[in-house]
Amino acid sequence: MLKAKPFAGVLLAGLALAALPFVVGAGMGNAWVRVLDFALLYIMLALGLNIVVGFAGLLDLGYIAFYAIGAYLYALLASPHFGLHWPAWAILPLGAAVAGLFGILLGAPTLRLRGDYLAIVTLGFGEIIRIFLNNLNSPVNITNGPQGIARIDALNVGGHSLAQPLQFFGLSIPGIYLSYYLFVFLALAIIFITLRLEDSRIGRAWVAIREDEIAAKACGINTRNIKLLAFAMGASFGGVAGGLFAGFQEFVSPESFSLMESVMVLCMVVIGGMGHIPGVILGGLLLAVLPEALRHGAGPAQQALFGRVLLDPESLRILAFGLALILVMIYRPAGLWPSPTRRREFAKADGS
Amino acid sequence: MTPLLEAKGISKRFGGVQALKEVSLTIAAGEIYGLIGPNGAGKTSFFNVLTGLYSADAGAFRFAGKPLDTGSPHRVASAGISRTFQNIRLFANMTALENVMVGRHIRSRAGVIGAVLRDGATRREEAAIARRAHELLAYVGIAERGNDLASQLAYGDQRRLEIARALAGEPKLLALDEPAAGMNATETAALRRLIVGLRHDGLTVLLIEHDVKLVLGLCDRVAVLDYGELIAEDEPEAVRRDPRVVEAYLGANYA
Repeated sequence: MLKAKPFAGVLLAGLALAALPFVVGAGMGNAWVRVLDFALLYIMLALGLNIVVGFAGLLDLGYIAFYAIGAYLYALLASPHFGLHWPAWAILPLGAAVAGLFGILLGAPTLRLRGDYLAIVTLGFGEIIRIFLNNLNSPVNITNGPQGIARIDALNVGGHSLAQPLQFFGLSIPGIYLSYYLFVFLALAIIFITLRLEDSRIGRAWVAIREDEIAAKACGINTRNIKLLAFAMGASFGGVAGGLFAGFQEFVSPESFSLMESVMVLCMVVIGGMGHIPGVILGGLLLAVLPEALRHGAGPAQQALFGRVLLDPESLRILAFGLALILVMIYRPAGLWPSPTRRREFAKADGS
Repeated sequence: MTPLLEAKGISKRFGGVQALKEVSLTIAAGEIYGLIGPNGAGKTSFFNVLTGLYSADAGAFRFAGKPLDTGSPHRVASAGISRTFQNIRLFANMTALENVMVGRHIRSRAGVIGAVLRDGATRREEAAIARRAHELLAYVGIAERGNDLASQLAYGDQRRLEIARALAGEPKLLALDEPAAGMNATETAALRRLIVGLRHDGLTVLLIEHDVKLVLGLCDRVAVLDYGELIAEDEPEAVRRDPRVVEAYLGANYA
């Protein structure tokens, strides 16, 4: 009896997650299932960045570089560009490992930096990676420069390409639904790993470094290794998400990995609730879905209200995003769904 | 007397300031050893060099019969020296219990894979960490505050929590930097009982303190620093009468 309740809850949540693309697809069209797929990628990114920024308190403005590394690794190893066609199940873990290695490469020289200084260096790192991708097409063509890499092999699971619909008991499940299921599975895996890490010796060490680095050292925490571990773990999630992105889009180019993307992922973490996993998931979901809603809704809405489109939906989107950021920072400085401790911390800061 | 910690010729300079000048002292196992001196005499600098937060310009430590590697704080902690800070450094947004659990870090093993898979060994280790943390909170007398945030504890309790966290690292030598600072008479008396209890339980205590009555009443031996130099190292009675100490620090009232 005691165990039945959570089990029923898990079952219901599972059914809801499984039914979601069908509901969304039938009600709003398959473009929205695609938005959902991207939302899941962003949730993975936000959870990865949350380890570095939320747990360990290291402000990273170049996080999208790890996404880029994962994406380009997939693109190079599974496309006609080099004529390599590795399977996805081999590339994704490799992407996690390579991104994790780059996380350590970024972390090692910045160990003594904190706050603004660290932010500037990581910002530079993100730009360096993007500029490399943009320019590594001569003298030897590695990344194909600004044109990007096209005709990437689609993700496939068990020999079935996720670009093709799956016939299932007479039901034809479109490829984007299949990608959705793969992304849900991996997002859940990342959530599981993050939750376990948070409630462990390693997670406590990360938070201790965020709270007081000198005291953490005095407690015997090898702050160098534990910080590098945070960078590597966070980066590896980004690497996986990047690989999925490349296999999903079947195309990558450097412009997908601009500074704005890093800022976007950071906003997801901050607006959701730094260091609080449910909050970060909410932040990722909201910031991935709401701009799309605005993009699709703003034009028709203006048409209906004024008879013509007064404001370009694209600039309106950025405007609304800025406004939302300001409002959240004023009224919910700890995020929309902060951890109980963070909420108390901010409440106290207001009181004094 | 078996020496636990021997400092030999420790020197540290910050720009034009000689913070420590060839300080040599010996702390015996099982004693309460006081380190006193005027403000700026180098007491905290000595702590920071000993615990690996600063690197010494010259000199070396021997601890428990072996050379002490002060290259990084976590190695000092793992050798068996824990410390507290003059201006309390707790993990403010963690609970009291979690603070002490962090203190167990150096005495536990679990890595990423253990944490994610949560295998039998990791679960046992986590349970042992939590159990020991509860014991230590009870030991310093704040058992009922375990779930409160460290920042919400009363001042005296924060000092106690910092000691509990230091004890979690299973030190042989506990270094306390002005533990009685800012305490009232009742809290100081309780602290005194706590320190005596620690020694009774086999710990060696190194104590920086400005409360001269506390130091002279509590310590087995006392060292006096002045302008980075060791000017006396002896039993409290002898130190109290040492003319150099009286001139530099104690003043005529204590002579």
